[in-house]
Amino acid sequence: MAVSVETIAEEMYKMVVEYLGKKNLKSTDLTKAMIAKFGEAECTKDDCKHAIRQLIDSGRCVYSYFGGSFITIPHKEGAAPE
Amino acid sequence: MPDEKKKTPLLDELEKGPWPSFVKDIKAAAETQPMAEDLLGQLELSYKDKISHWKHGGIVGVMGYGGGVIGRYSDVPEQFPNVSHFHTMRVNMPSGWFYTSDVLRKICDIWEKHGSGLFNFHGSTGDIILLGTKTDELEPTFSELTHLGFDLGGSGSVMRTPSACVGKARCEWACYDTMGMCNEITHTYQDELHRPPFPYKFKFKFSGCPNDCVASIARADLSIIGTWKDDIQQDDAAVAQYAADGVDIQKDVCDHCPTKCMSWDGKQLKINNRECVRCMHCINVLPKALRPGKEKGATVLIGAKAPILQGAQLSSVLIPFVPADEILDTLKELVSRIWDFWGEYGNNRERVGELIQRMGMATFLDAIGLDPVPEMVSAPRDNPYIFFRKEDEVPEPEEGAGEPKQK
Ligand code: SF4
Ligand code: SF4
Repeated sequence: MAVSVETIAEEMYKMVVEYLGKKNLKSTDLTKAMIAKFGEAECTKDDCKHAIRQLIDSGRCVYSYFGGSFITIPHKEGAAPE
Repeated sequence: MPDEKKKTPLLDELEKGPWPSFVKDIKAAAETQPMAEDLLGQLELSYKDKISHWKHGGIVGVMGYGGGVIGRYSDVPEQFPNVSHFHTMRVNMPSGWFYTSDVLRKICDIWEKHGSGLFNFHGSTGDIILLGTKTDELEPTFSELTHLGFDLGGSGSVMRTPSACVGKARCEWACYDTMGMCNEITHTYQDELHRPPFPYKFKFKFSGCPNDCVASIARADLSIIGTWKDDIQQDDAAVAQYAADGVDIQKDVCDHCPTKCMSWDGKQLKINNRECVRCMHCINVLPKALRPGKEKGATVLIGAKAPILQGAQLSSVLIPFVPADEILDTLKELVSRIWDFWGEYGNNRERVGELIQRMGMATFLDAIGLDPVPEMVSAPRDNPYIFFRKEDEVPEPEEGAGEPKQK
């Protein structure tokens, strides 16, 4: 049975938290990791796209830019003045 | 404001000379905008210290979008508090850059209310660039812009705001509807424009003819350049009129044809259309006498970029000719395959052209399901190793041929 978008989003969120400060994750990194985890038949690229949208629109994750665009947890901007 | 802060001897140098000066413009804005005044102060300090005093922000943006806002903070906010935040907003311009004066006034009002009041019309991406605002002003600005019918453009690893020449709106050379195509692609790929899905940026640029007024061959990951398949339309009486009016047809037209496929005997201009590479030179010189052919469409090219990580690259032909009414469907089919391949194999910050260079055009064509054709090779007739027609192939030497005969 196909994995729900909510489950994929949850797994993606855990991965973002796990890699925080170690590696910047792009949406393609998250997508590839979920397809590897659940299998292509259960988790499509489109499901992953919807899961990312859910994470961003709920405010649990945000996009960041450091040369390229990544997905991270909302935090106080390092470059912002106190 | 202490007078000392207003002194900008280094920037003042940039006001000298006959050309327009951005310093002059910022000084005019500084009469009413404290942000503009501090911007001048910080710029002066940067010129003095020979170093940028901007830090780039990583996560500023509007809710749900991963592009359109470029975060910027001052590293000397105590000296210049009004530019402690100085974020840029990219606004998706209308296709072909057509505005009414009323809408321009309204954008100005929004930006004077929420930002520095300073603009670039337009940035190299084609967007309207709103320069300088604080984090708290991003959402209110976005909200007012959307009420006015505008959306943010792209930044980061997204499909960047597509851009197009004015095409059929004003230009008789347009071989397809560039503005319509730009608008269609912008609306079709809203998700890719606002939610970074790629290894790096991806740009579409639409030019209506090979004059390529939006420089798509040099700047776009996917260049769509108008062209024609049949013969150049020719009005002999108009050619004769140009000659009578003093145009040197031989020197100014024929001698500059890159394939030397034109001849002029003093009365008649002849074009060997089979050898024409559609460069537009002759049409540009004799616009009343020559026109693109009637069978119009576009060439699709891939892989151009300005120098960032590696050197500059011009795009390569992917599809030599797509009829005008098939361009949109062809692009939709093509980009999904290109994006799949790039998403699978592209490294972080690797443009699609760099990926093709790294993995080879043959691998790329194979992956997206296109066959190689002669138009993909810049000088196919000069390459002794590639044969596009069976009859041109040199037969394999027979076994033993060329070996010294046994005595
Ligand atoms: S690219 Fe060609 S069609 Fe477009 S504006 Fe320039 S000359 Fe006209
Ligand atoms: S368009 Fe260019 S290549 Fe073709 S005939 Fe004119 S000058 Fe020659």
